[in-house]
Amino acid sequence: MASGIRDKVAIIGMGCSKFGERWDCGPDDLMVEAFGEALADAGIERDRIEAAWLGVFFDEQNTGKSALPLSMALRLPNIPTTRVENLCATGTEALRGAVYAVAAGACDIALALGVEKLKDTGFGGLPERTKGTFEDLYLPSSTAPGAFAQLASAYAARHGYSMPDLKRAMAHISWKSHENAALNPKAHLRNRISVEQVLAAPAISYPLGVLDCCGVSDGAACAIVTTPAIARSLGKRDVVSVRALQLVPSNGVEMGHQSWDGTHTLTTPIAARRAYAEAGIRDPRAELDLIEVHDCFSITELVLMEDLGLSAPGMAPRDVLDGRYDRDGLIPCQVDGGLKCFGHPIGASGLRMAYEIYLQLLGRAGERQLAGRSGRGPAIGLSHNLGGIPNRNIASVAVFGLLAA
Amino acid sequence: MSEALGILRAGVHVPRLRLARARIAEAMSWTRPDAERAPSGTRAIANWDEDALTLAVEAARGCLGQAGAGSASGSSPARAGAAVEAPARIVFSSTTAPFADRDNAVLIATALDLPEATRTSNVGSTQRAATGALVAELESGARLRSLVVASDLRLARPGSAQDMSYGDAAAALLVGPAGTGSLASILAAHSIADDFVDHYRMSGQRFDYALEERWIRDEGLSTLVPRAVAALLDGAGVRPADIRHLALPLPEHTARRVAALCGLEKARRDTRVAEHCGDAGAAAPLLALIAALEHAQRGEHVLLLGIGQGVDALLLRVEDGVQGFDVLTRALAAGREERSYTRYLAHRGLLEVDFGMRAERDQRTAHSVAWRKREQLGAFRGGRCSACGTVQFPRARVCVNPACRATDTQAPHRLADSRGTVKTFTEDWQAYAARPPYVYGNVEFAEGGNLLMEFTDVEPGQLAVGRPVRFVFRIKDEDRARAFRRYFWKATPVEA
Repeated sequence: MASGIRDKVAIIGMGCSKFGERWDCGPDDLMVEAFGEALADAGIERDRIEAAWLGVFFDEQNTGKSALPLSMALRLPNIPTTRVENLCATGTEALRGAVYAVAAGACDIALALGVEKLKDTGFGGLPERTKGTFEDLYLPSSTAPGAFAQLASAYAARHGYSMPDLKRAMAHISWKSHENAALNPKAHLRNRISVEQVLAAPAISYPLGVLDCCGVSDGAACAIVTTPAIARSLGKRDVVSVRALQLVPSNGVEMGHQSWDGTHTLTTPIAARRAYAEAGIRDPRAELDLIEVHDCFSITELVLMEDLGLSAPGMAPRDVLDGRYDRDGLIPCQVDGGLKCFGHPIGASGLRMAYEIYLQLLGRAGERQLAGRSGRGPAIGLSHNLGGIPNRNIASVAVFGLLAA
Repeated sequence: MSEALGILRAGVHVPRLRLARARIAEAMSWTRPDAERAPSGTRAIANWDEDALTLAVEAARGCLGQAGAGSASGSSPARAGAAVEAPARIVFSSTTAPFADRDNAVLIATALDLPEATRTSNVGSTQRAATGALVAELESGARLRSLVVASDLRLARPGSAQDMSYGDAAAALLVGPAGTGSLASILAAHSIADDFVDHYRMSGQRFDYALEERWIRDEGLSTLVPRAVAALLDGAGVRPADIRHLALPLPEHTARRVAALCGLEKARRDTRVAEHCGDAGAAAPLLALIAALEHAQRGEHVLLLGIGQGVDALLLRVEDGVQGFDVLTRALAAGREERSYTRYLAHRGLLEVDFGMRAERDQRTAHSVAWRKREQLGAFRGGRCSACGTVQFPRARVCVNPACRATDTQAPHRLADSRGTVKTFTEDWQAYAARPPYVYGNVEFAEGGNLLMEFTDVEPGQLAVGRPVRFVFRIKDEDRARAFRRYFWKATPVEA
C-alpha cells in the first residue's frame, strides 16, 4: 500500500526571479537568476544535484522544446534532465518530478525549475496556440479570459447573484492582490488600486474587466529538494517538507457530459480531498495558515475558495467581502500578490507559489511576513495550481509544512 | 408534353442582417448627385460566417423539414418537422459558390446528412441556373425526387447601384412526382438561349460589370421575354389572361414594362423580395416563385421566369399544398438591422480592418483529420453510447459518462437538429473575431451532452444562461495563406 509523499522530501533551497516585463532578459537570464538564489539558499555545490526537471509551457515562443534549455543555461554536468508541460500547472509538475525522484530514492538531491518568457510574443495577453489538429476544427478559438469568464455567468445564475454583486466580490479579490503585492519587491504589479477602479476597467471578456485578469509576466522560480536526513546533515534547523502533492486532470466530463454545471472546477475538489488526506489535514479551514491559489482571474480565485472546501457552496462572495482571505483574515490568500500581481510566467507559477509558502514557513517573508494562527509564524500552507480552462484542466494541490525538530 | 413535375416542398433562408439602402446612400453620398434622395427598403446581408454554401444549407434544411431549421426557413407550417424522404439528387445553383473545384453540393449533402448514394450536381454561371435545373427535372420525367437549391452572395462596389439592389439569400425546392399536398405542378417549359449581356463577371473577378439599364429593358428584355412567354403559352394552350401570378425577378420599372409586353399586366407580381431582401442572383427566380405561391389559390396558373443570356419560362398550376404556406413571410420578418456600413464592408473584404496580431493565427487544416472526422464536422454527428445512452460530442472511443466509460459503444447521433440551452457564455473582446466580441460558451444538448461552442447571429447583451439555442452550419475559419475555408456548426438563439 502506497503511503504517499508526506514528509519524505525536504526543500532545502528556493529561488525566484523578479517577475515582470523583463525586456532585457531571455529565459536563460531568468533561469540563472532564480537558480543562483536557490543554490545559495541550499548551501550546496551545484554538482551535488543529480537530476533536474524543467517546466516551460509556451516553448515555441521562448526556450524551444526539450530539457536542453535548462541543462545548457545552467551548464549542468550532464545529469538527467527532463522537460515537463501540463499547461499552467507546469511549475508544480516540475516540482512533482523532482520530489518523486528523491522520494523514490533514485537520487539524493534534485532540482525543479520553471520558467516562462512571455514578453517576446509582440502583443498583450497570452500567445495563440493550436488546441490539437482535430480540436481546432470544432472548438472556438477561445482565450484564457474568455474561458474563465464563463465561470462567472454560470455561477451568478446558479447561486442567484446579480452580476454587479458578484463583480463587487471579484473586485475585492483583485484589490486585495494589489494591496499584498505592494509589499513584495519581486512582484510585477505593485501599485495599489481601488475597488472602483477594478469595476470601471475596460472590458476584456464579459464579465471580466482588465483588472480582473492576472499579469502576463516573465519569470522563473526553482526548488532544490532532498531527503529530510540530508537536509539535517547540511545543518538546516528549520526544514520545510512536502506534506502532500496531488495532481488531478480532467478526463473529459466537463467538456462532454451534462453532469458538470460550469460554475466551478471539477478537478480541484478531488485534488484537495486527496491532498488533505495525504497531509493529515482534517479541517482545512482551521488548520491552513496561508494559501496560494491559481488566481488567473478574479472569478477563478472566488470559485476556488469553494472548490478547496474553504467556503460553503454559494458563499464565497460573502466570505471574500468579509475579508476572510485578506492578509489579516482567517486564511490569508495570495499574500505575495498571487498570479494577479506577482505575475504569471506560466511554467514558473507553481514554483512561485511554493516559494512564498516556503519563505513564510521559514519566517523570511520580510515586510509581508504573517504571524500564523499560533502567532509564532505560519506552520502549514497550501498551493493550488490549475492548468487549462474550466472545461478541461489539471488541478494540482500541494501542502507544505515544517518538519518536527 | 412531359409529365407534370410536383413542387413538393419549399424553403427559404434570408440572412438575419438587413442593411437599409438609405444607410448605404448616406455613407456614399459624396459620390452621388442625388444625395438627398434616400432610397427605400433594405437589402439582406449575410453575416461574416455565411457564404452561398451555408445559405443554401439553411434553406435546404427548411425545405426538407429538418427540425433544426430556423422558424424563418421552414416549409409550410402544417408539415414543418414532418419526416421527409431524402431526395435522390441535389442540384446546387449559384454564381458565387465558394469552391470552383470541390463539389459544393456534396458539402451541402453532408450538412443535410443525406445518404452517400445522393447524386450531386452544381450549376452556375447564369442567373437562370436554378430555373434551368427545374426545366431539366421536368424533361427527365419527374421519376425521382430532387432538391433544387439556389443561393448567391454577390459582391458589389461600395455605393454602386448593385450595392443597393443586390441581396443575399437562398431558396430550395423539393421536386418530384406530383401528389397530394404538393405546392404546385410544373406543367410546361420553354427556353431561349441568347447571349444578351445585361451584366457579366469573368471567372476570378470580384464584381459584376453592369450595362445600361434602359438598353437592357427596352432592347433586350422587351424582345426576349415576350418571345419565350408566347412560345410557352401557345404550346400549353393557355392564354395570358389565365396567368394569375407572375414570378419575374426584375427591378420593378423593368418588370412592369416587360409584363405588359407579355400581356401579363393583370398578373400579380410580389415586390416584397425586392423591397426587403434584394436581388439574390441565382436564387431570385425561386424566391419570386415562393413569394407568388404564398398568396396563390389552388388551380391558379403561375408563370415563372429565369433570365440570364436567354430565358427559361415555366408554367405552373397551384396545388392544394399552398394552404397556409408562408415561408417567405416568416423569413423576411426575422431580420435585424445592421447599423454599421463599415462592418458590412469589412465582412465582404471591401475594407481592410486592423484586427491585431491575434488575427495572424495560422488556420491550416489537417485535411487527413478533417476527412477522418468528416461526419462529425460536416453532419454534426456525435455519439450515443449503446450501453448507457449518454449523448456526446465528439464521438470518442470511450464513453464520457463517468459512471459508464464503456469502450466502442458509440452509435452515430446527429446533433444538428437538436435544441440546446446556454450553460455558460462570454463575450470576448480579446480574441480575434470578424464581428467582435467573440461569443462562445458551453451548450447543453436537450438529449444530454455538452459542447463548448461559438454563438453566431447574436448581439452583445443578448445571451443569458438557460437561453434556448439551435444549431446552424457556418464558416468556422478562413485560411488566408492557403485560400481555404472550413465549416462547422454554431449555436444561435432560437427566434422568439
